[in-house]
Amino acid sequence: MKTRYKFLAWPYIIWLLIFIIGPLCLIVYFGLTNEEKKFTIENLSIVGQYTSVLWRSIWIAMISTIITLIISYPLAFILSRKKAKIQSFLMMLFILPMWINFLLRTYGWMTLLENNGIINKIFGLFGFGPFQLINNKFAVIIGMIYNYLPFMILPLHSTMIKIDQTIIEAAQDLGAGTWRIFTKIVLPISIPGINTGITMVFVPAVSTFIISKMLGGGSNFLIGDLIELQFLGNTYNPHLGSAIALVLMTIILMCMSLLNQFDTEGKEDMLL
Amino acid sequence: MNLNLNLKFNLKTKKNFFSNSFIGLVLCFLYLPIAVLIIFSFNQSKSRSHWTGFTFDWYLKLFQNTVIIKSLFNTFVIAVVSSIIATIIGTIAAIGINSLNKYLKSSIMSVTYLPIINPEIVTGVSLMLLFSFLKIEFGFTTLILAHITFNIPYVILNVLPKVRQIDKYLYDAAMDLGCGPVLAFFKVIIPEIMPGIVAGFLMSLTFSFDDFVISYFTSGPTSQTLPIVIFSMTRRKVSPEINALSTIIFISVLIILVLANFKKPTRK
Repeated sequence: MKTRYKFLAWPYIIWLLIFIIGPLCLIVYFGLTNEEKKFTIENLSIVGQYTSVLWRSIWIAMISTIITLIISYPLAFILSRKKAKIQSFLMMLFILPMWINFLLRTYGWMTLLENNGIINKIFGLFGFGPFQLINNKFAVIIGMIYNYLPFMILPLHSTMIKIDQTIIEAAQDLGAGTWRIFTKIVLPISIPGINTGITMVFVPAVSTFIISKMLGGGSNFLIGDLIELQFLGNTYNPHLGSAIALVLMTIILMCMSLLNQFDTEGKEDMLL
Repeated sequence: MNLNLNLKFNLKTKKNFFSNSFIGLVLCFLYLPIAVLIIFSFNQSKSRSHWTGFTFDWYLKLFQNTVIIKSLFNTFVIAVVSSIIATIIGTIAAIGINSLNKYLKSSIMSVTYLPIINPEIVTGVSLMLLFSFLKIEFGFTTLILAHITFNIPYVILNVLPKVRQIDKYLYDAAMDLGCGPVLAFFKVIIPEIMPGIVAGFLMSLTFSFDDFVISYFTSGPTSQTLPIVIFSMTRRKVSPEINALSTIIFISVLIILVLANFKKPTRK
């Protein structure tokens, strides 16, 4: 069977060359040339002027990823210890919001965080505020945590259901405390899940341009906004845009290879 | 002894109480903005935080909004067309990839996963460059091509494991009994991998429906999809029609999920 259908891969290989390899080559080409089609590293050096934006993006994405992990880790563990029926029902509840377009959900946060929005109204009832809750880093981080939380919960949960409750009980019977059980059983088994979760939250968080636009106001410009501006904004400049995209891809590759240092067997999981 | 047991029991209920309230808290966080969107879709005034009275007006206005209805139609067409094409290409590709040698297989698979691993904005921008390089006019064609591109990995992801599981002897038996390779393909291979094909198609459909970032960079002025229209609506901060839309989407998703969950046991 195997030899006979080998040729079926070829049309797809051509598709890959045109629609995946080709566009990426174009990004490299545009990033390293100017309008006269001459080789230059000028674009990359212009990106150097935006280091503050790069750092802000990495910083905000990192904080959001860490908070998401802190919330999701105990949550996924608690969920994985529930009875199968309750577990699948609760998981459905956690996934359901993902099916609503993230623009609408982020818009929901806009209405909540506004200066005369509901949260400030509730504060007002107690005589506080109004606080500035929107158009700052805080709002962007809330938006990221909110949008990407399920991406962290899902992979963590899927590795944690593999932890047999009897192993934990055996460890307890043998006198292991909570901390010992955590470091010796739960953590080692869940490392692939942690890695997948971090990638699935960090990558979209560091490259978003919607959340920063809707919740960050004008002052919390991220890498994504910068790229979008070069391609669809007033300052149309695909050369600079491609150079920034190249830098973004490099940052992500670096972060992912850093993560892989901790990972021994989670590669297969990451692809899912 | 009794006291000790009692204490242990108390500890356990306390622990349960804490863990359950933690789950509840996170769920509240997840559903808070959705609940607010839904509640204010019935609000009489345009205010997004001040309740003035109950009305269905925004739903009526939504159905009269030709821009939204047209974009909904566009989204539907693009999702269905691109998912069907992606499913066909992806299924054929998965069968082909399975037959390749190890080295070629793993290098093709890593390229296949690039659109999933790459940030969406990079995929969007790179496709935008490609389409302007090939001088294809931005519109339905570019959108469908872009959607096919990001849907194929999900199809392969679902189909490839099923191809690996095909019973080799079943195929050989079919050939021995006089099936040609073409007939064996349709009579043995396709039915065997059907669950994977269906799952891949459904996954493509949902991703297509939901995609904003890649569509944003590859659409033209005449081919706005629903997420793009939603985006421009949130920019202008206009009317609660957008809340009405969210409510409708939420309720349809809920119905689909409940139906899917009810169906599951009977299938098994």
